[in-house]
Amino acid sequence: MKHAHAQSRDSVKMAAGQQWVLVEMVQAFYEAPAYHLILEGILILWIIRLLFSKTYKLQERSDLTEKEKEELIEEWQPEPLVPPVSKDHPSLNYDVVTGPPSHKIIVNGKECINFASFNFLGLLDSERVKLKALLSLKKYGVGTCGPRGFYGTFDVHLELEERLAKFMRTEEAIIYSYGFATIASAIPAYSKRGDIIFVDEAACFSIQKGLQASRSFVKHFKHNDMEDLERLLKEQEIEDQKNPRKARVIRRFIVVEGLYINTADICPLPDLVKLKYKYKVRIFLEESMSFGVLGEHGRGVTEHFGVNIDDIDLISANMENALASIGGFCCGRSFVIDHQRLSGQGYCFSASLPPMLASAAIEALNIMEEDPGIFRVLQDKCKHVHKALQGTPGLKVVGEPLAPALHLQLENSTGSRTNDLKLLRAIVDYSMDRQIALTLARYLEKEERFLPPPSIRVVVTVEQTQEEIERAAQCIREAAVKILK
Amino acid sequence: TGSGTEGSSHFLQEGQVLDHHASCTSLYKKPFVESFEETPLLVAVLTYMGYGILTIFGYLRDFLRDWKFEKCHLAREREEQKDFVPLYQDFENFYTRNLYMRIRDNWNRPICSVPGAKMDLLERVTPDYNWTFEHTGNVLKDVINMGSYNYLGFAENTGTCADAASECTVKYGVGVSSTRQEIGNLDKHEELEILVARFLGVESSMAFGMGFATNSMNIPALTGKGCLILSDELNHASLVLGARLSGSTIRVFKHNNMQSLEKLLRDAIVHGQPRTHRPWKKILILVEGIYSMEGSIVRLPEVIALKKKYKAYLYLDEAHSIGALGPRGRGVVDYFGLDPSDVDIMMGTFTKSFGAAGGYIGGKKELIDYLRLHSHSTVYATSMSPPIIQQIITSMKCIMGEDGSTLGQERLCQLSENTTYFRRRLHEMGFIIYGNNDSPVVPLMLYMPAKIGAFGREMLKRNIGTVVVGFPATPIIESRARFCVSAAHTREMLDKALNAISEVGDLLQLKYSRKNRHGNEGSDSFSFLESHQD
Repeated sequence: MKHAHAQSRDSVKMAAGQQWVLVEMVQAFYEAPAYHLILEGILILWIIRLLFSKTYKLQERSDLTEKEKEELIEEWQPEPLVPPVSKDHPSLNYDVVTGPPSHKIIVNGKECINFASFNFLGLLDSERVKLKALLSLKKYGVGTCGPRGFYGTFDVHLELEERLAKFMRTEEAIIYSYGFATIASAIPAYSKRGDIIFVDEAACFSIQKGLQASRSFVKHFKHNDMEDLERLLKEQEIEDQKNPRKARVIRRFIVVEGLYINTADICPLPDLVKLKYKYKVRIFLEESMSFGVLGEHGRGVTEHFGVNIDDIDLISANMENALASIGGFCCGRSFVIDHQRLSGQGYCFSASLPPMLASAAIEALNIMEEDPGIFRVLQDKCKHVHKALQGTPGLKVVGEPLAPALHLQLENSTGSRTNDLKLLRAIVDYSMDRQIALTLARYLEKEERFLPPPSIRVVVTVEQTQEEIERAAQCIREAAVKILK
Repeated sequence: TGSGTEGSSHFLQEGQVLDHHASCTSLYKKPFVESFEETPLLVAVLTYMGYGILTIFGYLRDFLRDWKFEKCHLAREREEQKDFVPLYQDFENFYTRNLYMRIRDNWNRPICSVPGAKMDLLERVTPDYNWTFEHTGNVLKDVINMGSYNYLGFAENTGTCADAASECTVKYGVGVSSTRQEIGNLDKHEELEILVARFLGVESSMAFGMGFATNSMNIPALTGKGCLILSDELNHASLVLGARLSGSTIRVFKHNNMQSLEKLLRDAIVHGQPRTHRPWKKILILVEGIYSMEGSIVRLPEVIALKKKYKAYLYLDEAHSIGALGPRGRGVVDYFGLDPSDVDIMMGTFTKSFGAAGGYIGGKKELIDYLRLHSHSTVYATSMSPPIIQQIITSMKCIMGEDGSTLGQERLCQLSENTTYFRRRLHEMGFIIYGNNDSPVVPLMLYMPAKIGAFGREMLKRNIGTVVVGFPATPIIESRARFCVSAAHTREMLDKALNAISEVGDLLQLKYSRKNRHGNEGSDSFSFLESHQD
């Protein structure tokens, strides 16, 4: 009611004032400068034009009748959800391991010596690790029932992160609950659309998925070829000079692995660091195979070459190889690592690592720190295996003497990948019959960018004795002679 | 501007929702009651103002930090790398530096016990307004846990599950160190997969080590270029990532809105692929069982009807609903009384109701055989750890009643009772809560940024651990507190929690609801000013 009264009073005032305003308006009209009037006139004409112009249709609206639409819907047949898989596909039936995957492993009912699990430091069987895991289970239960942000952070996680950071001599470390997700979440956290990543051709699949998720420009350089990388960097520099403004905001990264899983050789880290400072590119290093293997104390490829660890922006590794647990971690300076706590997808949106697995990893770290001689032993065994496998007829050893996971490829391929795989599988079966457990290296053939040739994986662990290694080499030689003749 | 109220739903009384199509109501065997009350206008305005003030202060503080008037606690780039392109753009982290930092103590709270119905928190203090934390060494004992996803109470360190997992640890160890296709396929994995298939009522299933990775690694294996993915607006980050990595075209339909989904389906089939108009190879609909930020349950009968009519495929992510819904605990399919073979791909996680970790996919044998060969996880990722598998096996057998006790059935009933009681009491108190009446995830609206921090801290003072969520997990003005009801909560714990919530609600004026709890409606937009003072 009050509102109405106020309104009528205002309207009376307005009528009186309106006349006054009109006179002023006409006066102002005469006094205004010409360009002002012209501009206003153009604007008014433009508005009138827009009001009367035809409206644009955003999407091409088809002139189909309802009946035609119904017919189209009836007729449409989708493909089957998955293409049919033949029953005798070689990879369909997995090898079944009964019991623990330890040094003496029971595969498909046969007890064999394990040359196939990535159990480099032999910690899968360690009683100390199992005991600590049990104690943790009795205290915390099994699962964490939540992501890190919502009561999923346990004191063991914090302890493991501190211990890893201390061990690698960096400021901070962050843990993921799945090894594959570690580098695949870390790369997209820093590199976004428009940034540039230089990556080695032999990079593993999780790096490739991380690159795909980041939507950045990816440039591949030939495996371990520093000249090719330098060529790409120089090309990028020339591009930058054409557009310096854009160049100042595009981030650049080099992603390499310490010890490549596909080719079993080591990246030339000192050369990479030189390129880093010359062309102002950041380095992300994936150390899943070299953590706990290379270096005097097992700190990985940075210790192996004596490179200052602060020169590497991010080191990522999984805890599933040397540490014989589950999960992965990234370590580096706080400036870099802290960002992942809010933008690492696999960290924020996923449940945290079960505490018993974190305790197992801490105990494994304890064992590694107490006895640094174990790395020397592993390195010696690797050299030994590398030498023992040389000269196998028909098979060539791919990998460096220091690599704990070697590949045995066919010297002369038959021409078809399926046949190659059949031959190699026959060698593996032959070895398994003679109590040596080996495995084929597995890849997703259609998804890999640079598909490695088919090979057998031979893994070295500290638990293998001299004579077991000799026996294995002998067995592989016999198999090769028999099957590849 | 409530996010869930668009679409065809009309509010009748007390949040009951009636659909447009009368035929649809015959698909539901029991009433489907969901409510997403609209944000009151005054609250929305005040919330925007609050964010505006915080932004202004944020700019001010950034200015002071730049000009060194204020000590900067942020970590800095190395001296040697100062002339590199900056790793972070300043504005990307504006929100983190100036808003998130102020209330950061509500998240990442470390615990040092089982995340069961009650837990022990490590006390943290901050000398510099949340930039760094120090642990005093004290432990806050017996904090009631309303935040962990412990729906059936299997997060325990005693009992059959823990004993079985201990035995398994002693026998198998903890790690596996190889992939499923190589030499990491243990007999335990096969046992688990057979059991999961039986539990779900499908032909075959496959288990993976991480729930997030199950989505992001398997959706790319199922669809590719030339396929269409129809994804719900509020799908989880893992589903979005999986859809993106697959390379298919993605179209988003409004949250739980069947008209929007049907329109997209019709348009897609009639018009085909954009520009070329070739027909789509296949259409995949991605939905979740329970949406964890809204508490809503998917309208599964209608989705299945649409899927059958338009020959699309359905991917159902039951991360929160498996074990928590349904009279037998078999998830949202069981809840609606539908046939599991209607859902093409049933996916779920073991983290929430089974107290373990990992995910699974269940479906027809051809699907699982295909995934055995082409899933990224079986080729490149380490397989699951044996004690975790044992925990899942034991808890699943318990839910199915195969361990010889009625513990599973008791817990399912307890969860459903607790959920109904908790939601009813909160509604009576006058809070705005979102979601379905049967969903154990209860979001309680806070709206204003300051109340996010205040709610979390006040509840902790009363020894209740809660989860508060703000932007960017929710729309900017719809921040909320989210409670997860568990079968392990007793009536007294719930009462204690509810009293504390009511106290804090009065203190912070959170009782926004205009829907009167005793029957009559709150009417036009001005009457809230009076009813607001309740």
